[in-house]
Amino acid sequence: MRFSPVRFFPIRSRLALPAALMAVVLLSALSMAVGTGDIPWRLLLTDPGAGDLLLITRWPRTAALLLAGMSMALCGLIMQQLTQNRFVEPGTAGTVSSAGLGLLVMGIFWPAAPVAVKMLAATGFALAGTALFLLIVSRLPLRSSLLVPLVGIMLGAVVGAATVFLAVRFEMLQSLVGWMAGDFSAVLRGRYEVLWLSGGLMLLAYAVADRFAVAGMGRDVAVTLGLNYRATLALGLAIVAAVNGMVTVVIGTLPFLGLIVPNLVSLMRGDSVRGNIPWVCVLGGGIVLACDIVGRVVRAPYEVPVGTVLGVFGALLFLGVLLTDRAHARP
Amino acid sequence: MIEVRNVSKVYGARRVVEDVSFTLPPGGVVSLIGPNGAGKSTLLSVMGRLLPADGGQVLLDGRDVAATDSAALARRLSILRQENHFVSRLTVRDLVAFGRYPYSGGRLTAEDRDRVAEALAFLDLTALADRYLDQLSGGQRQRAAVAMVLCQNTDYILLDEPLNNLDMRHAVAMMRLIRRAADDLGRTVVVVIHDINFASAYSDRILVMKDGRLQHDGPPAEIMRPDLLEAVFEIPVQVRQIEGQAVGIYYR
Amino acid sequence: MPAPKTRLLLLLGLTLVVCALFMTVGLRGRLSYVLAYRAQVMAAMVLVAVAVGASTVVFQTLTRNRILTPSVMGFDALFVLVQTAVIFFLGTGGWTGWPPLLRFGVETALMVGFACLLYRWMLSGPRRDLYRLLLAGLVCGILFRSLSELMQRMLAPTEFSVLQGRLFAQLTLPAGDLTLAAGALVLTAGALLWRSRRELDVMALGRETAVALGVGHDRVVTRMLILIAVMVSASTALIGPLTFLGFVAATLAYQLAGTTRHAVVLPFATLLAVVALAGGQMVLEYGFGMAGTLSVVIEFAGGSLFLWLLVRKGRM
Repeated sequence: MRFSPVRFFPIRSRLALPAALMAVVLLSALSMAVGTGDIPWRLLLTDPGAGDLLLITRWPRTAALLLAGMSMALCGLIMQQLTQNRFVEPGTAGTVSSAGLGLLVMGIFWPAAPVAVKMLAATGFALAGTALFLLIVSRLPLRSSLLVPLVGIMLGAVVGAATVFLAVRFEMLQSLVGWMAGDFSAVLRGRYEVLWLSGGLMLLAYAVADRFAVAGMGRDVAVTLGLNYRATLALGLAIVAAVNGMVTVVIGTLPFLGLIVPNLVSLMRGDSVRGNIPWVCVLGGGIVLACDIVGRVVRAPYEVPVGTVLGVFGALLFLGVLLTDRAHARP
Repeated sequence: MIEVRNVSKVYGARRVVEDVSFTLPPGGVVSLIGPNGAGKSTLLSVMGRLLPADGGQVLLDGRDVAATDSAALARRLSILRQENHFVSRLTVRDLVAFGRYPYSGGRLTAEDRDRVAEALAFLDLTALADRYLDQLSGGQRQRAAVAMVLCQNTDYILLDEPLNNLDMRHAVAMMRLIRRAADDLGRTVVVVIHDINFASAYSDRILVMKDGRLQHDGPPAEIMRPDLLEAVFEIPVQVRQIEGQAVGIYYR
Repeated sequence: MPAPKTRLLLLLGLTLVVCALFMTVGLRGRLSYVLAYRAQVMAAMVLVAVAVGASTVVFQTLTRNRILTPSVMGFDALFVLVQTAVIFFLGTGGWTGWPPLLRFGVETALMVGFACLLYRWMLSGPRRDLYRLLLAGLVCGILFRSLSELMQRMLAPTEFSVLQGRLFAQLTLPAGDLTLAAGALVLTAGALLWRSRRELDVMALGRETAVALGVGHDRVVTRMLILIAVMVSASTALIGPLTFLGFVAATLAYQLAGTTRHAVVLPFATLLAVVALAGGQMVLEYGFGMAGTLSVVIEFAGGSLFLWLLVRKGRM
């Protein structure tokens, strides 16, 4: 008998999603209010210069957090549909480390490149890495649902080792560590806008959600239902790679986000892809905002990168799922 | 002497073995029969201290097997379980030689080597002695595992379905060997067995288990009765005397 | 096919050649100084090789498969976490004043305690399939690393730099007294493992067969886990985490040794690890002038081998 969590955490109320949205808005407000340097709230309406701090540092940071969190969580959902595996996300499929390699290659050969070019390079590498992952997975003799993320983590480790080797060779190890930290403290006006593109990608994903749902039933079913399976796979891959390219360039890594958010949402609501997308986005953005606030408050005036907080939080949740729930992993 | 006293074993909410008691005096072949899931293998594992009992105890010559020094016990009592899958890449001789571990601690003496050769010959394995286990058929592997247990040279031998994977010839050879171990060497052998006719033909005593309980205990003549077998296995069984042998017929 | 003992002797010869080369290639400057320095590095490498090679083989015997290793299951990361946590909770002030040996001893003791608790629970709980265990181990490693990083980020910058100096010890700069302490631990643990080599052969047959043959299986598991934790602590303290060295050494040892007896496989894996470390370091440092990249190269090669075996075998 399959464990059916939907019955245990039913979210049926029509008010649930608006309520969750409100919570995220409140978190955003909190996120804008927290930080070094006091914002002269009282002067905001009267003094035109008073809002500068807010506009130059606080708003960009909050927006970047939301965009990155939402889109990375959505990437996890798409990848889980395309691989039919609950444990796959950009970090367990070689996508993130490939994007990092792309970023490093740009740093070595064209350090002065504009952000858009760096992003394209990272996207290209992410695409290649994920495609390689899918190729390996398609050749696995035994389709154990747990073997798939294992292969992905290993592939990520190998690509990561190659990246570190190059970084040591060209004396860029410190920069690399800084780039990949999942750090929003350097997000300022003029340095994050490329992330807005991910908003467009999210809308695109929502528009074609039903195709991902069909693809999630496997190649055979998808073809029987008349879906162009390869095209859907390619589109999903492109979206995932592009989002990872952007997020890696602007922020670095957000470990486990793509894994925990879709799994939590499916625990709460079951597995309707289209219906889950808004929830995945809301929850993804909310978790990243919350982790960022924790990271800023816990050791002020120093900052703990959101990636580090997520690493702890996400690994704990992942372990919990792995060790307690045995029906979950078996297809 | 082995005394099983009120042994129980629980898996979760399921009582797999419930309050089983009996005594095995030295010598003879004892068969343990019963339908699937009756608790036979579990009981055998508890007797061989592979599993702890949840209630009751098993005594070997008056001492609790769960509390006896395991190495000393391995020289008095051996047990072979059904699943014998090994990751190590071993030859048949290597495997059988492990039966001498309780005596040699892994350093084989000349006597150990002789015992290994004897056991190999006993089970018709001499020609296969240097083959790797993964090159053997299931039946050959089964015989190698039994040879290891024999090599352990213990007074009490517990075998869990030793006829698994054996063809007719080797099944009969195995049962004759078990008989010989009891008659010629004075060993006490307990076998979990599915074929009631092998049990009838070769054992001195048959224990019948069902639903975790010991339901009958007696010599073959007492157990091989149509009404009794039908009640236990829930299929019609006829019993015929053929050449002085009680044979159960249940195939159609 | 030469007999296992001949193969072991051949490998021993190869190892000695590699070590001799490592000591003598590209000598420059004051001979006595350079030689003493290299000898110290060499000693550290041999200790790490013994620790990593032996602990991996034994861990694989306990878990009865050839793919789990202590480092893949997060042992190294756990030791780094212990080191970080000690500084985090005790602060650097009094702690740095402690003699390094005492510090190392306390850290090792903590590591042994946690590792035994955690991995006994993981390995002996309800039977989980191998992939789940492996994935759980990998995620544990990630968790320990993230926790360490979190604590490191929460330290004041001065404390952080103290810690970094301790955590990223490299082959090129082994501290003398640490080498001695780690050496004593590794050699003691190694001798105890060696004494249990025949018992380990029986353990490899599985719990039931081992118990039937009179080996106190569960007791041996605990004892071995303690020795493994000690060895991993020592090697991690010497050169930092090395995820795949043990995996490569053990895998090749089983491929090349021609037997599964621990009396041969244990020294085989150790010698292979020495060759990998000394040979790799020699080629990288004196061939390419890249002293600090050995661990990365081993990660790359070992990770690729691991991936390849996962994909090729599918079932382990």
